[in-house]
Amino acid sequence: MRHLWLTAWADIIESLRAKWFIVYSSVFGGIVVLLFVFGITESRIMGFTGLTRLLITYIQLTIAILPVFILITTVRSVAGDREAGVFEYLLSLPISLAAWFWGRFLGRFAVVFLPVFLAMIGAVIWTAIKGGDIPWVLFISYTGLLLAVAWCFLGIGMLISSLARSADIAQGLAFMVWLTLLLFLDLILLGIMIREGLPSETAVAISLINPLQVFRTAAMVLFDPQLVILGPSAYVILDRFSETGYIIWAIVYPVSLGTLCAYLGYYLFKKGDLP
Amino acid sequence: MIKFNNIKKTFRKTEVLKGLNLEIKKGDRIALVGSNGAGKTTMIRCLLGEYTCEGEILVNGRSPRKERELVLKDIGFVPQLPPPLKMPVGQLIEFSASLCDADPKEMIRVSERLGLNFNELKSRPFVKLSGGQKQKLLISIALGREAKILILDEPAANLDPDARHIFFQLLAEKKDKAAMLISSHRLDEVAALVNRVIEMDQGIVILDDCVEDSVELDSVLKSEIRIKREDEAFAKAIKAWRFSSDNGTFWRGQIAGPDRLRFLGVLSRYAAILQDIHMEEQKND
Repeated sequence: MRHLWLTAWADIIESLRAKWFIVYSSVFGGIVVLLFVFGITESRIMGFTGLTRLLITYIQLTIAILPVFILITTVRSVAGDREAGVFEYLLSLPISLAAWFWGRFLGRFAVVFLPVFLAMIGAVIWTAIKGGDIPWVLFISYTGLLLAVAWCFLGIGMLISSLARSADIAQGLAFMVWLTLLLFLDLILLGIMIREGLPSETAVAISLINPLQVFRTAAMVLFDPQLVILGPSAYVILDRFSETGYIIWAIVYPVSLGTLCAYLGYYLFKKGDLP
Repeated sequence: MIKFNNIKKTFRKTEVLKGLNLEIKKGDRIALVGSNGAGKTTMIRCLLGEYTCEGEILVNGRSPRKERELVLKDIGFVPQLPPPLKMPVGQLIEFSASLCDADPKEMIRVSERLGLNFNELKSRPFVKLSGGQKQKLLISIALGREAKILILDEPAANLDPDARHIFFQLLAEKKDKAAMLISSHRLDEVAALVNRVIEMDQGIVILDDCVEDSVELDSVLKSEIRIKREDEAFAKAIKAWRFSSDNGTFWRGQIAGPDRLRFLGVLSRYAAILQDIHMEEQKND
């Protein structure tokens, strides 16, 4: 266990000094700053204003960029480390492969989740200083969702890193995965498939297994409990799950998917050539 | 100590190791030589348990793949190319020592013997060090622990003459306690360090021979060189070996015993202007 935490800590230190992390943190910190600068907390949409309005916009932007950011940075840095000889050297030290793999996974999770989370914390602190209301339930729910989505895409990223032998192939594969999930959002391919007569059960099933769609719908449920903006398909979700049930699904499913992918990644890593 | 039994390794359709059989005993100091693609790195990675392979590798009766922690506890490794680690030097030492259950102070002590100023470097990212500093640090991590097997891939390639001499002294201190596998493209780079030479080509051992090892690893040669006339290129080359001169034609200095062949190789480039060479071995205190 000591080796696992040592590896996690070493990975955090490595990542904190990496260029991708600076860009990554700047993007999410920058989004919150820009939202404040452009006065989003003063505007009103669907009755929401203040920090609630900011969090809603922040989560919508996060849906768009967080998964692809996590996928690309994870596969580039992990596969890049393998190519550059980091694996060759560090795996010559007496550490179990489980401690190494899961230590890196946990370290990387801390590094990808914390900037996104800290950006929200920053917004909360700023609102508190300004004397605004803080929607704690929404904040905690969004934190849970972000945690789940970060875990999920990190797991997928670790699987891709184990499958691909070079950083370029890993990056291409990660982009393909993200694009496929993106295409099956209700606004794109799924919408066309429904128009072409796809059974509703199939459309719902696709929506429920696509982590991007799950995250997106859950984010909408939180500020629009009746899912008015989703139209008639909202009945399927609300009838079968209820609002709370869907939020639980939106956290449990991506976490399970991420864990499964990471475990597959570990299995392939353990069975194959390490560097 | 180490046994390779019919080791085969294939990458896609290319067979890189073709049934390697080898036994390495305690006290063996082996020069592993061969051209690019001979299979040296693949063999080392199999020994470190990093590659899967056909056949059986046993290190003190244990498989490096299945019992990697126990096996690797006894192996100190210096790679040919330093990894681009961004962690600070101090943390790299702490991390390595903690994994190996070793004393970080001993690693720091070795690094300082090799000429590194640890206090100055400890907060600098490893990747920002010079090539020589990286090599010295990796050597310190490998030699600053109780390793029974040392695997060194071109270990002295980036070291200055003083650091090479200290490095040879460190190896001399370990020579009765550990087996050493020193990989190099060129035999003359490592010839004086070893008592056995293994040459690989196309994935098999084509030469396995004992060599004369009367050269003491920690010996030094007091040397005097006289040349016919002052020569700028010669002066630059000899100064790199820390030689000094009052008049530009008579040079004094000392070289590490195992470096003699390498040094004579440098002198051979200036054979036309050499007038007198005097080298006298003396035991270094």
